This record gives sequence, structure tokens and C-alpha cells, in this order.
Amino acid sequence: MSDVAASEPTKVIEVEDLVAHYGDREILKGVTMDVRDGEIMVIMGGSGSGKSTLLRFLMALEMKTSGRMKILGQDIDTLTSREFTDLRKKLGVAFQGGALFSSLTVGENIMLPLYEHTDLDAMTMEIMARMKLEVVELGGFENLMPAELSGGMIKRAAFARAVVMDPRILFCDEPSAGLDPAVASALDDLILNLRDAMGMSIVVVTHELESAFKIADRITILDRGHILMIGTVEEVRKSSNERIYNLLNRIPDNENLDPDEYLARLTGEDATTWSEPL
Amino acid sequence: MTAKKQTNAFISFFERAGRSTIHGIEEIGNGSVMVLESLYWTFFGFTVKQPVRMNAIIQQMMEIGISAIPIIAMLGGAISVTLAIQGIYTLRIFGAESHVTAGLAFVVVREFAPMITGILVAGRSGSALAARIGTMKINQEIDALKVMGISPVRYLVAPPLIAMMVMVPCLSIMSAVFGLFMAGLYINHDLGISLSAYTDQIIDILKVEDILQGLGKSAIYAIEIAVIGVVNGASVSGGAEGVGKATTRSVVQAISAIIVTAMVIVILSTV
Repeated sequence: MSDVAASEPTKVIEVEDLVAHYGDREILKGVTMDVRDGEIMVIMGGSGSGKSTLLRFLMALEMKTSGRMKILGQDIDTLTSREFTDLRKKLGVAFQGGALFSSLTVGENIMLPLYEHTDLDAMTMEIMARMKLEVVELGGFENLMPAELSGGMIKRAAFARAVVMDPRILFCDEPSAGLDPAVASALDDLILNLRDAMGMSIVVVTHELESAFKIADRITILDRGHILMIGTVEEVRKSSNERIYNLLNRIPDNENLDPDEYLARLTGEDATTWSEPL
Repeated sequence: MTAKKQTNAFISFFERAGRSTIHGIEEIGNGSVMVLESLYWTFFGFTVKQPVRMNAIIQQMMEIGISAIPIIAMLGGAISVTLAIQGIYTLRIFGAESHVTAGLAFVVVREFAPMITGILVAGRSGSALAARIGTMKINQEIDALKVMGISPVRYLVAPPLIAMMVMVPCLSIMSAVFGLFMAGLYINHDLGISLSAYTDQIIDILKVEDILQGLGKSAIYAIEIAVIGVVNGASVSGGAEGVGKATTRSVVQAISAIIVTAMVIVILSTV
């Protein structure tokens, strides 16, 4: 028994029967999955499948309706506010649009988590920020404002900020979206390098098949709030499931078109953004 | 058929009214929670090694206060001179124009200086706060703060709230002093009352309570402007257009809140 336990990979995220609603709409319908230590888990699915929503729940940005979730072995329902803040220091996120603070320089953006959570002196923080910028091949760009960077550079800078505290888990939301193939491929290499160099677990949400197959250790495929499959790249490729086949072969699935959701997106009236406290 | 349509319109009206009421109550609740949370971070943030940064407060003070001095001085002066002209015109009917100073001192210190300052700060800084927070929300910058373990309320709300609570009363005093000075120049020109006599009259008439009333109102307006700006910014949806709508809404709501609050306070304190 103990041998079996010893051979099981350590899980950094464990989700069990996660149910989530936005208003009256059920977005996640009993999701059970895990992310292992040191692996790159890619979450895929069609538009409206709930993959970005799932990522928000994995980052503990949303309140679930039911289910259990453990991050780094800690049940998030039992954490105090302080423990929760400490846990978040071990997470890094590279958002789809970068989410760099437009009023700060690139260097200040990267130093912000250090400034807020450590007692390091300014010189040390600057050195650390420069080192992280070197890792993402943006050395020398620390004094520029985010508005002066290209889309690919913004994403790289966002990666530098996400890893500045050496997080245990890195979340990436659509890292290749809106980038040309060469830049997207370079970002995939960066994700692999970060995992190999820093040993962190990485969760990536993407709809880019090429990118997913290049970087994934395992892939989770979501469909309408359900998990269709979790498996390695080969297992996913060989799947006989019709919906997975459609997804991999880019065959449109009109059944996925939820009129309410479509209208909400069109008008920008997302239930989560209505009069929401900070 | 017509009766059914009327019934539907009737129900729809109450449905909309009910929804708006719930929305309003929800926003007031959110605003109150943000004020309390800001106070918590201000006074106890250091206990969890997350203090409200003094340089952020000073930066906000510069933006809200120092850069607003010229426009507030100019408008304070213009309003006070207008009041002096109208006061002299009205009192001249009764041959009492030399008493214009009394009315002017009360109305400027207790009402107009805080109100004009509040309205200007709402237009300049309240709207900027709503736009900033709204833009940060749609760019996921607020999510980024949360994931970094940085409280958005501590980082984004507390500094402008504190800065406004300090700077709006200061600007209000400056507006009153400058306004009364400008009105004094006009009165000197029109009625021949010397500036020193005018100043003595004002010092005799005004009590500490009058000044405190003006300062208290300014502090209340400051809280209203900050909370309305933040709540509207936090409720942004729909991209750049949503930011524009939230900015406009925050200015309208803040100015309305200031004027209604002024009326309520003057009823409670004077009538």
C-alpha cells in the first residue's frame, strides 16, 4: 500500500465534483480533475465549454457552488484569510491580455509582488526583476511602459511578473491567442523552459491545438461544463469520442451555441461583472 | 387585449423599479463594505504586513488636491463674487447692503465652498477613479492583483479614499478663503468697506462650529465621491463603452449625492 502511495505523483491541485453557477446558469457541472507536480496540464475545449471559467476557479478567483478543491494540499474552504493570501503567493498567473498595470513601467510591474510581499531592498528587487526579464528574453526593457510593448512582449512581461515570486503553480490563459505563429511558438518554448528550469506545475488554457500538443503532459478536454476526457497527447489523439474528434479536426459544433450565452457575450452583460464588489 | 397589455406594462414597471431598487441597495452595500475594508487596511494592514502605502496616498493627494488648486480657487472666487453682487442687489432694496458680509460668510463657509469643491473633485477625480478601476477591471488587472495576494481594496481604494478625506476639506478651506477674499475686493469696490473692516466682520460673525460644519460636509462629500467612483468602476462591463458609461454615471451620481447630502445636513443643522 505504501509503495503504491509512494509511486503516485504528488498532486498540486485536486478538484472533486466542482459545480459552479453564474447567476442561474450552471457553468461547471461536476468537474473532477487534478494537476500533478511538475506537469503541464492543458485545458482545451470549444467556445463556451467553460475552460476559462474553470481556470478562474482553479486560481480561486470565483466562489464555487459545491464541490471540493485543494491547492498545494490545502482545502481552500478551510483557509483563513491570511492562509489564503499566503497560498496565493505560491501561484502565478499570466493573463490572456497580460494584465500589466498601465501606470507602472515593465520593471515596476515585475517588482510589484516583491514590493508587496517581501522585505527586500530596492536594489535586490531590481536585480531580480532584471533576471526574470532576461529569462523571458526582455532584458533591457524594464524602463518601458506596457503601452510601448508589442503583444508578444506584453505576454512575455506578464510571464516574468507571474514567476517573479518563484510560484509552485503557474496559470496561463490563452498564451498564444492573437499572436503570429512564430511568436506563439516562442511562447510555447518559454512555457516548457519555465517548467524545466523552475520545476513548477503549469496549467494552460488554450484552443490552439498545435500549441497544446507541443507543451502538454496531459490534456483535459471540457465540453459544456463537463470533462470529456483527461489524458496524454497520444490518448487524446487516439480518442474515438465524436466531440473530441470534432474539436481536434476543427469541425464546428452548432449544438454548442447557447442563445442566452451568445446574447450575454454580444451585449457584454456577463453575470459576473454586474455590480461586483472588488 | 388592451387590458392585458396595460397589466403587462404595469407589472413590467414594478419589475424594473424593484430591480433598480435592489441594484441600488446592492451598490450602497458594496460601497459601505469597501469603506469599512479600506479603514481596516489603513489601520490594521500593517499587522498582516500589508500596509496602505504612504507614497500611494501622497501621489493621490497630489492628483486630487494640488493639481486642482487653480480651478477650485478660480471657481470659489467666481461664485463668491456672484453671491456678493446678488446679495448687495437684494439687500439694497431694504437699504441693508452693508450687512452683505454676514450672509456671504455663512453661505460660503458652510455651503458653497464645500459644495463647489466637492462637485469639482467629483468631476475631476471621482470620474478618473471610476475610469481607472473600470479599465483595470476589463484588462484583468484587478484579477491579477487578487491572484498576487494583493487586496484590490487596499491597493486601489484606500489611497484615494484617504487622500480625498484629507484633500477635499483642505481644498474647501482654500476655496472659502480665496472666495471671501475676492468677494471682499468687490465689496470694497462697490460699498467702500475696507478689506480690514470686512475681515474683522467675517471673524466676528463666523464661529468655530460654522467652520467645522463646512469641514465635516467636505469629509462626507469626499467619502461619497470615492465610494461612488469605485462602485461604478467595479461594475464596469462591456469594454471601453462600459468604462465611458460608468465614468459618466459616477459623476452624475456623485454630484447628486453631494447636493442631496447638503440639503439633508442643512435641514438637520439649521431648521
